[in-house]
Amino acid sequence: MSMPRYTLTLWRIAVFIAALVPLAYWSSQVAINAAGPEPGRYLLLNIGQGILWMLLLTLSLTPLTKLTRWKGFTLIRRQLGLWTLTYALLHLFCYAVFILGLDLSRLGSEIVRRPYIIVGMLALTGLIVMGVTSNKWSMRKLGKRWKTLHKIVYLVLGLGLLHFLWVVRADLEQWSLYAAVGALLMILRLPPIARQLPKFRQLIKRPGQARA
Amino acid sequence: MLIKIAKPGDLRESDVTPESVYLSRRRFMGGLAGVGAGLALAGRAQAAASDYQDVPAGNPPGWFKPKLENAEWDSVVPADRELDKLTPFEDATHYNNFYEFGTGKSDPARNADSLETQPWSVVIDGEVANGGRFDLEDIAKPSRLQERIYRLRCVEAWSMVIPWLGIPLGDVIKRAEPTSKAKYVKFETLVAPDQMPGQDSSFALIDWPYTEGLRMDEAMHPLAILGLGMYGRELPNQNGAPFRLIVPWKYGFKSIKSIVRISLVEEQPVNSWQAIAPDEYGFYANVNPKVDHPRWSQATERRLPNSLFNPNIIDTRMFNGYADEVASLYQGMDLRKSF
Repeated sequence: MSMPRYTLTLWRIAVFIAALVPLAYWSSQVAINAAGPEPGRYLLLNIGQGILWMLLLTLSLTPLTKLTRWKGFTLIRRQLGLWTLTYALLHLFCYAVFILGLDLSRLGSEIVRRPYIIVGMLALTGLIVMGVTSNKWSMRKLGKRWKTLHKIVYLVLGLGLLHFLWVVRADLEQWSLYAAVGALLMILRLPPIARQLPKFRQLIKRPGQARA
Repeated sequence: MLIKIAKPGDLRESDVTPESVYLSRRRFMGGLAGVGAGLALAGRAQAAASDYQDVPAGNPPGWFKPKLENAEWDSVVPADRELDKLTPFEDATHYNNFYEFGTGKSDPARNADSLETQPWSVVIDGEVANGGRFDLEDIAKPSRLQERIYRLRCVEAWSMVIPWLGIPLGDVIKRAEPTSKAKYVKFETLVAPDQMPGQDSSFALIDWPYTEGLRMDEAMHPLAILGLGMYGRELPNQNGAPFRLIVPWKYGFKSIKSIVRISLVEEQPVNSWQAIAPDEYGFYANVNPKVDHPRWSQATERRLPNSLFNPNIIDTRMFNGYADEVASLYQGMDLRKSF
């Protein structure tokens, strides 16, 4: 699939704006007092789910590329990865500022004492490591090791789901949906299945060609 | 007989409010300037109604109206009404944990319309001489409706201040004539998946009916009430209509909603949250700033409503500030173990 260069630029800009939309929406809900009596918690929980969305979208790009061979998906991979990191940093900001009221001593004691926060901080650390090595210089410098290093994204997914699971109190429906999508994206990476993906592309394409 | 009837002096918090403060509030609210106590009493119902003029009218059953007119307003109020200001009705009715209607805080307000609260009957059974199925009206009839302005501390570390209307739980238990074997009171919420969508979820961890329990002396304590209303009206559905428990010195989940069964039992009941996570939620669930939830600190709470850069964090008080009244119930107990 070849497209004019400006189309791909537009696509990247569109993705950038789309990633900002949820943040703008939640902020506007807070601004018009429609976020309930605890707006800080509203932002914390929504942005928390936003991290999982971003992470799962990022992880869906490789299978989508295999399925469609459209390079647009590859082009936004770094951007979505960095959005995942941005959402995660905002999530931590909400917790520290809106929930703990910037009580730094409590932030310190909570981070070491609560397993779900430890797991969340580990996942965030993984995202930060990938974020700071996402530039061309690091890719050159790290060579083959870059790819190995960025495999920690799978670990981040597992830790993120565990963090969410430990927050859930009485209904696993939402968590199960995220976990199922995550599991599906992992299955699509298993070599025997990953090899089949390009064949599916031909299956998808054929009816279109028949019409043409 | 194990039933401990609390002393009349146990309702201390209301006594802390000096009469002059009480009257000045009434003057402010109801325009009753310079009248004597007798007149203020006569004007109470009116004054109370004007307290809540922004609260939307409900659709109470016929028997509720005369009870409301005869209610004893401000029966128990916080000692410091500036610190414990009433939570706005809108917030108290749109930020609820009522998993029968969904796990999100705004789910109950959205989904609870489907609950049918009229007619409503309650089974009182177990170790009682006078058990059976009773219309809610008959359970409520012998007791005068009292307004109790209580702090509500959720185990999730947020809190509100709610003006409840209810009747003493002890009155209802006494009328059921418990036998000497009655050591605990067990409560159950309605099970009706057609009206309560949360009970339809196959991912729910709660084994319905939602169940709660109190020790007999806790249940007989005058601060424990059965709620029928709030903010000068009947209970909105999402707040546990038409009949719920309110135990202000315990975490909110103990105050079970939409009760259909009260059983006097010999064995300590297993409450729903204890059944799901016994290491996180105990039977007693007394508000205690010194005993953390494994996942978060209970030392402080966020008094709602709050705002982004003012989380309104205040220190949590032992027994939610009702220690003078209830601490004696737990003398000699290790509250770290019996959490």
